[in-house]
Amino acid sequence: MRFKDNTMTTFLTKTVATATLIVGMAFSGAAIAASELHVEEQDWSFAGPFGKFDQAQLQRGFQIYTENCSACHSLNLLSFRNLMQEGGPGFSEAEVRAIAAEVSVLDGPDSDGEMFDRPGRLADRFPSPWANEEQGRASNNGAYPPDFSLLAKARAATRGFPTFVFDIFTQYQESGPDYIYGLLTGYSADVPADVEMLPGLNYNPHYISGVQIAMAPPLSADQHEYSDGSPQTVDQYARDVAAFMMWAAEPHLVERKAMGFRVLIFLLIFAGLLYLTKRKVFASVKH
Amino acid sequence: MSGHSSSYDPQNGVMKWLDARLPLPRLVHDSFVSYPVPRNLNYAYTFGGMLSIMLVVQIITGVVLAMHYVASADAAFNSVEHIMRDVNYGWLLRYVHTNGASMFFIAVYVHIFRGLYYGSYKEPREVLWILGVVIFLLMMATAFMGYVLPWGQMSFWGATVITNLFSAIPLVGESIVTWLWGGFSVDQPTLNRFFSLHYLLPFMIAGVVILHVWALHVTGQTNPTGVEVKQKSDTLPFTPYATIKDAFALVVFFVVYAWFVFYLPNFMGHPDNYIPANPLVTPAHIVPEWYFLPFYAILRAVPDKLGGVLLMFGSIAVLFVLPWLDTSKVRSASYRPTYRAFFWVFVVVAIVLGWLGSKPAEGGYVIASRIFTAYYFAHFLILLPLLGIFEKTKPLPGSITESVLGDGGSKGGSAMPSGAAASPETKG
Repeated sequence: MRFKDNTMTTFLTKTVATATLIVGMAFSGAAIAASELHVEEQDWSFAGPFGKFDQAQLQRGFQIYTENCSACHSLNLLSFRNLMQEGGPGFSEAEVRAIAAEVSVLDGPDSDGEMFDRPGRLADRFPSPWANEEQGRASNNGAYPPDFSLLAKARAATRGFPTFVFDIFTQYQESGPDYIYGLLTGYSADVPADVEMLPGLNYNPHYISGVQIAMAPPLSADQHEYSDGSPQTVDQYARDVAAFMMWAAEPHLVERKAMGFRVLIFLLIFAGLLYLTKRKVFASVKH
Repeated sequence: MSGHSSSYDPQNGVMKWLDARLPLPRLVHDSFVSYPVPRNLNYAYTFGGMLSIMLVVQIITGVVLAMHYVASADAAFNSVEHIMRDVNYGWLLRYVHTNGASMFFIAVYVHIFRGLYYGSYKEPREVLWILGVVIFLLMMATAFMGYVLPWGQMSFWGATVITNLFSAIPLVGESIVTWLWGGFSVDQPTLNRFFSLHYLLPFMIAGVVILHVWALHVTGQTNPTGVEVKQKSDTLPFTPYATIKDAFALVVFFVVYAWFVFYLPNFMGHPDNYIPANPLVTPAHIVPEWYFLPFYAILRAVPDKLGGVLLMFGSIAVLFVLPWLDTSKVRSASYRPTYRAFFWVFVVVAIVLGWLGSKPAEGGYVIASRIFTAYYFAHFLILLPLLGIFEKTKPLPGSITESVLGDGGSKGGSAMPSGAAASPETKG
């Protein structure tokens, strides 16, 4: 395409720049929700266009969840069968059946009208630690431990201008797991002098709403035994459970990115062919 | 254009039979094949086509999503997650739909600003422009109600804030809000009716789009020179010229769209909307979707609630009278150097208003919002009327042909090899 008039070129360049900025507004809008919290970016296996979950990491994360977090945090939207679905932790069906069978599920009524307990099945949802929200609050000093299913997508930190524009090109979408990792590793005993701690709360400058969080530091070194030789540190535990939570929030992430690559290749080739066709069509006319 | 006579020539008996009874193929042929378009259209003119495709994409994905969605305050949030997790390719449908809304607005903003730049709203295209503003309003209503459907925190509180705006109306405000809600707060009846309307409005948009395209085909398109089509050599047939250019631009647009859908699906959303709606917990900052932010900034710039609401609606209402506010006889900013400068200032003002809309309404942000809101209105109400009187415009080319070929167009036919002009759509 040859431009006859410079203003057309200018218009288009500026239009593109403007569009980019307008798109960028999205994130400044989105980001504002998350106060002015700074979250450090971590390396994640699932980041970027070819990102995939690390199966071993998801299994370790699941281990942390079951042995630790699940005492207070539910995982309402997930069923046991999700554990064996493609792109996930990669448990075998037998393993998942065993995991499910460990929980007792209230079912019924049976033909006599009685409710009964039975071992969990693949299709059962993860059991909630609380019968209801009120019970959860009552056991936790009034603070309800949030459900884990979507937490990795429901938390994000302010990116600010111009970072949010760069994020479009770097495909940064890991604000949630970054935040979770930062929170789990962010507890500090050095409470600044100007912070007056409320009873029952814990100091954590990486918390999204203020610096005082109801949850006590949940992780400590060597608390959980890893069978694959991974370091048994708070850092590793936090990383693993954050990755697990990202998978729980976005179980089709791997499939999505893989499909995206194929779609983009197709669209780019298609665009190239259309461009050549357009040149050919317009070759004989001045415009 | 209205004067252009039909060149449709049905080739077989079936088409001749149909043509004599319902000349639909003739309508399509005359509108999208032989229809003459200015030969100098640039890529800024490809966004109208994209918008019609985006409407189709949104309706198709939306209809399928509606098959799985449950419009119930108790079940809506989880039904969306059911789509995301368990419905085959449900995640794809939903991300295509939600990001589609954003892409729709990106395209419509480029389309509107192109109209502002090239003076597309000027006589005789006032009705065409007004229909466009009507579509824009319907789009905003549709997008707003669609955002409420997942019943997340931002859905719920966004709906609460926006519907509450109507309470600013004197005397009957509160009653209107109760009527809109179907109760005394945003709740089940609100969600149900929003779902119904969210399903209805896109088809109303489609109806107005037909009128919009009709009006376009009566007056013909503008073009970057702003000089009306005067002779045959000023135009090219829609197919293959506009078709192939629109198709190429559309696929490039889809590349950007796919980038967001597959790699940044939540970039343009709000994390709080992954938290189920909770009437007892207000989010720290309630912000609308990005495409409403400039209007949100205008709303909050005014300390008085009714004033803010009036100004916000006024910021769109002013577009309806734009054809009569711009007094310049010259259409295109290419020949209006002063207007061109002010146009870009206006673009920046609109973007800054969007940024301010995302900031909390406090301190310097409010002051800045007021200044930029004032400028927004001054652009339409003061600058445009005055510019038409005082601006020294550049000389216009005698015709589109002249601007493209650099002569009087006397040899206009030489621009195309013989044959191509006669029926290029059948060539090759």
